[in-house]
Amino acid sequence: MIRLYIPGDAAALAVGASDVARAMTSEAVRRGVDIAITRTGSRGMVWLEPLVEVETPGGRIAYGPVDAHDVASLFDAGFLAGDDHPLRIGRPEDHPWLRDQTRITFARCGIVDPASLSDYRARGGFAGLAKARAIGPEAIIAAVTASGLRGRGGAGFPAGIKWKTVAAAAGAPKYVVCNADEGDSGTFADRMILEGDPFALIEGMAIAGFATGANTGFVYARSEYPHAIRAFGRALDVVRADGALGAFDIKLRIGAGAYVCGEETALLESLEGKRGQVRAKPPLPAHKGLFGQPTVVNNVLTLATAPWILAHGAEAYANLGVGRSRGTQPIQLAGNVRFPGLYETPFGLTLGELVMGVGGGTASGRPVRAVQCGGPLGAYFPPALFDTVYDYEAFAARDGLIGHGGIVVFDDTVDMAVQARFAFDFCALESCGKCTPCRIGSVRGAETLDKVIAGIEVEANLALVEDLCHTLKFGSLCALGSFTPYPVMSALTHFPEDFRRLAAGSETRVS
Amino acid sequence: MSYLGSVETPQPWSPEGVQAIVAAHQSLEGPLIPILHALQNIYGCVPREAVSIVAHALNLSRAEVHGVVTFYHDFRDRPAGDRVVKICRAEACQAKGGEAAARVLLSVLGLPHDTAWGGTTTDGVVTVEPVYCLGLCAVAPAALIDGEPFGRFDGMRLCEAVGS
Ligand SMILES: Cc1cc2nc3c(=O)[nH]c(=O)nc-3n(C[C@H](O)[C@H](O)[C@H](O)COP(=O)(O)O)c2cc1C
Ligand code: FES
Repeated sequence: MIRLYIPGDAAALAVGASDVARAMTSEAVRRGVDIAITRTGSRGMVWLEPLVEVETPGGRIAYGPVDAHDVASLFDAGFLAGDDHPLRIGRPEDHPWLRDQTRITFARCGIVDPASLSDYRARGGFAGLAKARAIGPEAIIAAVTASGLRGRGGAGFPAGIKWKTVAAAAGAPKYVVCNADEGDSGTFADRMILEGDPFALIEGMAIAGFATGANTGFVYARSEYPHAIRAFGRALDVVRADGALGAFDIKLRIGAGAYVCGEETALLESLEGKRGQVRAKPPLPAHKGLFGQPTVVNNVLTLATAPWILAHGAEAYANLGVGRSRGTQPIQLAGNVRFPGLYETPFGLTLGELVMGVGGGTASGRPVRAVQCGGPLGAYFPPALFDTVYDYEAFAARDGLIGHGGIVVFDDTVDMAVQARFAFDFCALESCGKCTPCRIGSVRGAETLDKVIAGIEVEANLALVEDLCHTLKFGSLCALGSFTPYPVMSALTHFPEDFRRLAAGSETRVS
Repeated sequence: MSYLGSVETPQPWSPEGVQAIVAAHQSLEGPLIPILHALQNIYGCVPREAVSIVAHALNLSRAEVHGVVTFYHDFRDRPAGDRVVKICRAEACQAKGGEAAARVLLSVLGLPHDTAWGGTTTDGVVTVEPVYCLGLCAVAPAALIDGEPFGRFDGMRLCEAVGS
């Protein structure tokens, strides 16, 4: 029997991975060869999806991107023995794109069978939880703090400090809430973990629960991720039947299409069955969170990284990275980029190295004009800023953010005035409505940019846009409103010509 | 508990049916959103009449439940078409020609693609809805067609996949 690995990751499915799996099965039957297919997560080299791997004595050999029509020729070429074919990639771990990464959070993703606990255990799974149980809550929190791990959901708050606050908070029960709402466009790392290595998240939540004294965890996953929800639900069933978590239990809840529910207090409201409106802070969720109880809210990646830190030691993690950005960041390259996918690397590469080197520039072959970093609330960077080091503080110093690690590439056909307008539109569409700057300011912003785009009193209206951005930035209750100025103002600052296309001849027009 | 409904043929609603769905979820912590999802999975929408039954069972006011139903983009007040196409309109898909591809499909279907965007065809066969990121940004542009992911398309391939 020969084993094949074909991703069941949603991005691979979107380009026909299941068609390929079906074609493989019927071709094998037709030829009378015995194959078995394991559906894994994705390795993250998404431009090569569907990527098919075959188990050979020399390790797994990959072929991609495979179309169902390629299957017969792969069999003809002897791919089941790892033989040559135009689509042959070789050993995935020798591919430069994977080889140059440092895979910690994604160490198993794309390799392990995400539905098998025994495979998870065989690849180091539960070593972190075992260590955690051996050293106890205080030492766990000390390790997570010393590792320098910061929240990967966007705000970059030190995870150890958050855990310590919850551990010290009076009140029972306590909760661990995993933020799997991943609403930022250009990001998909949480989804890849939910689908490709769900037990790592489960283990991380159990560690967080043990460290803080919580017996119940909730995972709040967005409804836009039906496959991730199924994969994670299946993993939960497996782990419950196994009893690996002891008294700790995890419940899966599904969002209902509201970007703002990724904001932690809106998420808690939603879990409680309410409108996803942002709560005023304080109190912090760590003190009064879900149902008013002390609650850890962490992103999928933050939690899924904790087991590695426990198993390998805080120092091993803290030794990676630069400045106050320690460890690795799973960076997601998307949009008009030649090599889109998930690239996990220590903080410290420059934006240019990521976009031009790792990403290979645009997919269209045209010049890169702008990259948006950190999701819809992140700034647009021009190539002139490609020397910016990938690290929380360096991005902040250039009026940007790394957020959840997404980088979306645009070529020179992009109209940055349209992108700026979209940022206002998105804010208006997703505003929870609780604060006026965000609810009203965003609508006014879009209307005003419409006038700019139409060439109406351009300079006066641009001044108004700047003013609105100021109000949004300082008057909003949460980052949905207060960060919308990032994409708008960066577009205005770095691409002023896009806002003045009609200006020259029409400055005298009045509305 | 099913984690998320695949789109199946909606059943007609009945008060007893709604009560049974509520009863099946009532013991959950924070049961309202799971109940609304379950209602929509079975009836294809959250029937207006169900709101008062749910409110009564959970000891909430009708206004509170209505406020929740209308807050979330997912919940519909009438069933969608037989086929549901959720097209991503967010930045990574914009960068890969998603808007142009969507426009082709929408024009073929006779649906608006300006300030109003998408909707259900007059024959009730296809519903097109905007979504903002499906996590498929590395195979952009991307869509979910009846819950199945679809990526790297242009207008023509999208129309083919939808069968239009
Ligand atoms: C509008 C808005 C949307 C957000 N969306 C997400 C999200 O989808 N996923 C996430 O983990 N954090 C999101 N956050 C950040 C959370 O509020 C919070 O900081 C995070 O869940 C904490 O976990 P971490 O410390 O592990 O990052 C969002 C914040 C805002 C203001
Ligand atoms: S931006 Fe379209 S799938 Fe993420």
